Amino acid sequence: MAVVTPEDTEILHGNKAHSDGGWDAAGKGFVPVQTRSGRFASVDPTAFADVTGLEAEWKLTPLALVKPLIVGDLDGSTYEYVATDAIGATVEWVERTDSRIGTTGTPEEKASANAWSSFERALAITVSNDEHVELTVARSSLGGSARAGHTIIEARPNSVATVILQNGGAALLSENVEIIVGDGARLTVVSVQEWDEDAIHLSSHFVTVGRDARLKHIVVSLGGKVVRLNPSAHLIDQGADAELFGLYFADAGQHLEQRVYVEHVAPHTRSRVNYKGALNGQGAHTVWVGDVLIGTKASGTDTYEQNRNLVLSEGTRADSVPNLEIETGDILGAGHASATGRFDDEQLFYLQARGISEREARRLVVLGFLSEIVQKVDAGALRDRLAVAIEAELAGVAS
Amino acid sequence: MSILVIKDLKVSVETDQGTKHILKGVDLAIEQGSIHAVMGPNGSGKSTLAYTIAGHPKYHVEGGSITLDGEDVLKMTVDARARAGLFLAMQYPVEIPGVTVTNFLRTAKTAIDGEAPAIRGWSKQVRESMAALRMDPVFAERNVNEGFSGGEKKRHEILQLELLKPRFAVLDETDSGLDVDALKIVSEGVNRAHEATGVGVLLITHYTRILRYIHPDFVHVFVDGRVAEEGGPELADRLENEGYDRYLTPSSVS
Repeated sequence: MAVVTPEDTEILHGNKAHSDGGWDAAGKGFVPVQTRSGRFASVDPTAFADVTGLEAEWKLTPLALVKPLIVGDLDGSTYEYVATDAIGATVEWVERTDSRIGTTGTPEEKASANAWSSFERALAITVSNDEHVELTVARSSLGGSARAGHTIIEARPNSVATVILQNGGAALLSENVEIIVGDGARLTVVSVQEWDEDAIHLSSHFVTVGRDARLKHIVVSLGGKVVRLNPSAHLIDQGADAELFGLYFADAGQHLEQRVYVEHVAPHTRSRVNYKGALNGQGAHTVWVGDVLIGTKASGTDTYEQNRNLVLSEGTRADSVPNLEIETGDILGAGHASATGRFDDEQLFYLQARGISEREARRLVVLGFLSEIVQKVDAGALRDRLAVAIEAELAGVAS
Repeated sequence: MSILVIKDLKVSVETDQGTKHILKGVDLAIEQGSIHAVMGPNGSGKSTLAYTIAGHPKYHVEGGSITLDGEDVLKMTVDARARAGLFLAMQYPVEIPGVTVTNFLRTAKTAIDGEAPAIRGWSKQVRESMAALRMDPVFAERNVNEGFSGGEKKRHEILQLELLKPRFAVLDETDSGLDVDALKIVSEGVNRAHEATGVGVLLITHYTRILRYIHPDFVHVFVDGRVAEEGGPELADRLENEGYDRYLTPSSVS
C-alpha cells in the first residue's frame, strides 16, 4: 500500500480542479477576492477580462442588452442639460485634468471603465453655500446611441445642499458620478431615473464622505428597460455619516438593479441603507446587493442595511443579497435585513373591513410601503411629484 | 329599526390537520340599540363568529345565513359589509406601514359615507374622540397600529367605532390584555357610541370583567360552536361565580 504524500493528493477522490475558472489549478496562483475592498479596479477597460455573464457582478444583469456599453465605442462628447440656479452653486463642463476626477474611486467593472476612458469632459456641479440650497440638473435628450458620461458633485466644506439629478428621455448610457462631501458638509443627492421604456443606463456612483459630513443619497428608479445604478460610499474621516436610500418600481420586462457598497474606513462613522421596491408584471426583475465593510480602523461604527420588496403579481423576480464584513469587533452596531413578499392579506382585510375597496386598499398598502422612502426626499416639489409618479405606476397594477 | 339575524350558521376553517368545523349551527338576532354579550371558553367559536360576520376569507360558511334587514350579508364583499353598517373591532389589529391614522380614518370615512367628510367638522370630531379616549394627538400622524401598545391598538379600534358610526359593531375580545384603566376608557368609548348612535353591539369576551362597565341586555354562552345557554344580565353574574365548567362536561361527550 502506497504511503500518501502531499504530491498524491491531487488524484484522490474527487479532489480535482474547480470548474469555476480554475482558480485553484496548479500554477495559476489565483486566489478569490477575500474582501469587498480587494476587488480589481482600473480606469482602463482593456485591463478587465471579457465579460461572459458568469461573473458575480454581471450574472443577474441582462448582458445582451447592456453589451454595447461594455465592449462598444462610447460617444463621450458633452450633452444638453438644464440646471436650475442656486446661490453659490456652479454647473459647468470641466477638463479631464480637473483635480477632483478620480479622487472618490476607481471603476470595478468593465462598463464603468469604458465610460471612464471615453468621456471628453466632465459635468461638475459644485455647491458652497452654508445655508441650504436646492439644485436640479435635468437630462432628457441623450438619445439612443451609446454614450459615456462623467459627473462630479462637490459639496465644499460646511456647505448645505440638495442636488437632484433628473433623468428622462431616451438613453444608452454608461457613466460615472463622483460625489465629494467635504468636511462638515451636508449633502443630499437624489438621482431620479424616469427614462423612456427602452432606455439602458449603467451608472456607478463613487462617494467620499469627509469629517463630520453627512450624505443622504436617494436612488429613485421608475422608468427604463435596464437601469443599473451602483453607489459606493466611503466614510473616510471620523464622524462621517451616510444614508443611502432607494425606491424602485419594476413593471413587466423591466430590469432595475442596484448594488450598494458602504465602506467604513474611519472611526465613529455611521451608515444606514434602506432600499424598497415593488414588482409588477411578467419579467419584472429587481436586484439589490448591499455590501457593508467595516474596516480595521473603523471602531465605533454604527451601520444597518435593509432591503424590502413587495411582489404585486406573478412572473416577477427579486434578487436581494445583503453582505456584511466586519474587520474590527469594536463597533456600536451592525445589522442587515432583507425580505421579499406578497401583499399581506391581513392588511387588506383590515382596510376592507373599514369599507375601503380592495383596489383602494392595495393602493394604500403599496403607497404606504414605498412612502417610507418618499418621505426621505426633503425637496417638497420633488416629493410630491414622486408620489404622483408612483400613483401612475400603480395604475398598471391589476386589482 | 335595523336587525342583524344569524340563522343556523355553520362555519369551517382549513387547518394543517384538515377541515375543522367550528360553528355548528348558531342562531342569534341583534336589534339595533341592544347590547349582546357572547361569552364562552377558548376555542368555543366566538372569534370565528366575529370574523365570519366581517367576511374574513379564511372562514368558510358551510350552511345557514346572516342577514342585515333581510339583505344577504354572506353575499357581500368585506368592504360592502362595512359600508352596509357592520363593524368589527379586532382582537389583533394589524400594522399598516406608511399609512397614517389621519389618512386611514379619512379614507375609511369617505368609503363608508360615499363622500369625503367636510374637512373642518371632521378634524374636530377626530380630535374630540381622540381626547375622549385619552389618545395623544401625535397618534394622528403615526402609521396605523405601528408601534402601538396593546392598549393603544384597542383604543384606536374604538376610535374608529365612534367615528365611522356603524349600525352594528362586533367587539372581538376588546377587553383582552387591557389594564383596568384602559378597560374603563375603552368601555366608556363603547357606551358613548351606543348612546350617540344606538349602535347594536355584539360584545365577545372570555371574561365577565368588561360587563361591569358595559351592561348587556342579553348574554349568550358559546360552547363547542353552539349557543349553550341564553339569558339576561343575570347569566353573566352566574358565569362570574361558576365559570364555564358546567357546560364543558356534557358538550365534550357530544
